[in-house]
Amino acid sequence: MTISTAKSAFWKGCRDSAPFVLVSGPFGLLFGVLAAEAGLNVAEALSFSLAVFAGSAQFTALQLMQEHTPTLIVLISALAVNLRVAMYSASLTPYLGDAPLWQRACAAYVTVDQSYALSMIEFERRQDWTTRERMAYFFGTNSLVAPAWMIATVTGALVGASIPDSLGLDFVLPIAFLSMIGPMLRTPAHVVACFVACAVSLPAALMPYNLGLIIAGLAGMMAGAQAELWFARRDAKAETRG
Amino acid sequence: MTGPEMVFDKTTLWIVIAGLAIGSFGLRFAFIGLVGNRAMPDWVMRHLRYTAVAIIPALVTPLVIWPAPTEGAPSLLHFSVAALTFAVAALSRNVLLAMATGAGSLWGLMFLFG
Repeated sequence: MTISTAKSAFWKGCRDSAPFVLVSGPFGLLFGVLAAEAGLNVAEALSFSLAVFAGSAQFTALQLMQEHTPTLIVLISALAVNLRVAMYSASLTPYLGDAPLWQRACAAYVTVDQSYALSMIEFERRQDWTTRERMAYFFGTNSLVAPAWMIATVTGALVGASIPDSLGLDFVLPIAFLSMIGPMLRTPAHVVACFVACAVSLPAALMPYNLGLIIAGLAGMMAGAQAELWFARRDAKAETRG
Repeated sequence: MTGPEMVFDKTTLWIVIAGLAIGSFGLRFAFIGLVGNRAMPDWVMRHLRYTAVAIIPALVTPLVIWPAPTEGAPSLLHFSVAALTFAVAALSRNVLLAMATGAGSLWGLMFLFG
């Protein structure tokens, strides 16, 4: 029965994603708190999370708006942080590409790190699944995480304004960003990209309108891409030598 | 009580929210919705892989070297907290552990030397 297997795929996605609530919950809470600190009310903070639904982009935009960065640069930087979801979208296409358009549009909205990562593992394992079951699993992975993100944002925004300045909240966002970098350092090329971006960002900080961020980001991306080629060539050489 | 002071105006806020909503949906819909099964050129994918790992460090480094709490004066306290957080993040690959370490050491050091 297609319907019952689609249902069980949905619940499997739901169960597999449960641990990620422990990650998205605190992050949503932090976003709510920092949004409130920046002067957003609860409705504005929730609209932000509902409309954008991309943690790192939301944090980036919040930080840059507080530095009075021109709006265009806020948008470019926050979207650049989120460019990886375009890659997710590309690699999900072989599995979900023949679903109806409205389903693909809904799936696009909930394409985030954990739904992508869980789904790619499961889709490769379950070659027998139809697109319908895959789509059900994909939505299942978001059935807890997305509501958790929204509820946490609201909770954070409610308590945020009452947290005293003396707690040093203006350094919590840098700590959150630094923590997020950890899991991204998957290969030596990622490490190269990270450190080149850090090094370039300091002199580039002298540029007006936070343009230096984009320059340093591009430098890091190019360094990462070149390092990837270099490491691949080195490995190929080592292999031919035996 | 008027609440915390808004540091940017509401129009900017809503332009950013709307722009990011359209932009990030566009990025997600680009391939799954529009492009279909066509493959991207290798060099594009190779650069896309490193966007987040380049932009976030580029954003955070100046915030560590010239921290907001001291109004930009380099501060050993904030630098130490940042270095510790980054070390835990890079070694454990655990976002929550790194955040807890960072926040704990920030408040611990502020309490001791604040």
